[in-house]
Amino acid sequence: MSRITFPFGPQHPVLPEGIQLSLTCEDEKVVEVRPVIGYMHRGIEKAAERNPYPNNVFLCERICGICSFIHALSYCQLVEELMKVEVPPRARYLRVVWSELSRMHSHLLWLGLLADSFGFESLFMQCWRARETVLDILEMTTGQRVIQSSCIVGGVRRDINADQARQVREMLNKVKTEIDAVLPVFQKDYTIKARTVGKGVLPKGQAWTLGAVGPMLRASGWAWDCRSLGYAAYGELGFEPVVENGGDSYARTMVRARELVQSYELVLRALDSMPEGELAVKVKGAPPAGEAIMRTEQPRGELFEYARGNGTQQLERLKIRTPTFANLPALLAMLPGCEIADVPVIVLSIDPCIACTER
Amino acid sequence: MPWMMPNILKNLFSSPATRKYPFETRQYWAGARGQLQIDLARCVFCGLCQRICPAQAITQYGNKKDPDVTIDYNPFACIYCARCAEKCPSGAIYIHESHAVPADRKITYGRNDISLSKGELS
Repeated sequence: MSRITFPFGPQHPVLPEGIQLSLTCEDEKVVEVRPVIGYMHRGIEKAAERNPYPNNVFLCERICGICSFIHALSYCQLVEELMKVEVPPRARYLRVVWSELSRMHSHLLWLGLLADSFGFESLFMQCWRARETVLDILEMTTGQRVIQSSCIVGGVRRDINADQARQVREMLNKVKTEIDAVLPVFQKDYTIKARTVGKGVLPKGQAWTLGAVGPMLRASGWAWDCRSLGYAAYGELGFEPVVENGGDSYARTMVRARELVQSYELVLRALDSMPEGELAVKVKGAPPAGEAIMRTEQPRGELFEYARGNGTQQLERLKIRTPTFANLPALLAMLPGCEIADVPVIVLSIDPCIACTER
Repeated sequence: MPWMMPNILKNLFSSPATRKYPFETRQYWAGARGQLQIDLARCVFCGLCQRICPAQAITQYGNKKDPDVTIDYNPFACIYCARCAEKCPSGAIYIHESHAVPADRKITYGRNDISLSKGELS
C-alpha cells in the first residue's frame, strides 16, 4: 500500500502551541511519526545565566503560562537548596496553596481542551467557566491571574489573611460544585468513552522504559508523583498519588479529573493547617560554588532543574527539563498504529506544553 | 450527552457567565498588580528601581544631585512584578489595581517636570 507523509501542525485547531508531527500514513493508519520542534525556543536558560539570581524567578515563571507558579517555585527551591536557606513554615504552606490552585486551573483548561478536541463545545465552555473562578482566586491572593510572581527566593511575597482565606473557601466550593457537574460527563458519557477508551495505550512497562512522567506514568499504573517527596509542605498534608491502570487516553483523563478533586482538598487542608509566622527570610550573598538539583511535580509531570553556582550573583548554568519533553518519546510510541482521527486526542492526552519543552 | 443535560438545562435558565465589556467592567481585586504609577513629587532619584528591575524597564539618567536627572519608564518592557513598588524607599512608585491600557510610548519623568506627577498614567 502506498504511503503518504503529511504535517500535523504547527498550526492545528487542537494544538495551543507550535509543534509539528510529521505523520506517515498507510490508508487511515499512522505508521510513523517524526516530531519537529523548535518553533518556540526563547533561550531562557542562556538568559538566566546573565541575570542576577533573584531576577530569574520572574524569568522562570515565564517559561510557561499555565504552570508559571510551579516553575517559579522550582527555581526558588533550587536556589534555596544551593544556598542552604530554610524557608519559614507559613511560606511553605502558601506555596502549596498556589501550586495546587495552578494545578486546578491547568487541569480544568486541559479537560476543556480535550472536550474541544472532539467537538464537545458545551463541555469545553463549562470547564473553562469553572477555571475562571480559580483564576479569580489567584488574582485575589497573588495580584495577577496567570503570572503570579508571588514566590521569591527565601519565601513568598504575599500572605493570605483570614478574610481572604474565607473568601477562597467560598469560591473553591463554587468551583467544586461546577467540577462535580462536569466530571460525570467525562467519566460516563458515551461519546467521550468512544473517543478515549483504548486510544493511545501506553503499557506499564513501556511507560517506565520510555521515561514518561506525571499523569502519563500514573495512568499506566505507576504511583510516581514528586509531591510524595514532601517538598514545600506536601510532606505534612498527607499526600497520596492518584493512580489508574488503563494506560489509555481515558485513564489519563481520569487521573487528571481525580487530581482536580485532590488539589481542591489539598488547598483546603493547607489553608486549615497553615501555621502563623513569617513569609520570607532575607537571603544575603550569592549562590556558592556548587551544584543542586530540584524535582517538583507540575500539572504535566515531573519538572527537573539543575543549577551550578560559582560564587557570583549569576548562576553559571541553569538546566530545566520539563515534563512534556520527557513525555514526547512516549507520545511517539503511542501514535503508530492509530487512526488519523485519533491523533488529536492522543496528542492532547499527554497535555503538551511546547513553550515549556523548548524554553 | 444525557450526562450533560442537567448542566444544559441549568445554563438555559441561569444568568450569562460573561459580561458586556467595556460597558460593564469587573471590580478589581484589592492588591491586584494592574499598572505602575510614579509619584514624581516623592521620588528622590536614588536609582534603586533601576537596579532591581528584572526587565530593565526603568532607566535613570543622571544621579540624584544632578538637576536634570530623568527616569525613563518603558511600559513595553515592564512585567508588572511590582518589585520596584515593594522596594521604593520613598513610596514614589506604587501599583494601581486597574489594568494597564495599551501603551503607545515610553514615559520620561524629569525632576523639573512636575506635570507628569501622580495619576499621569491613569
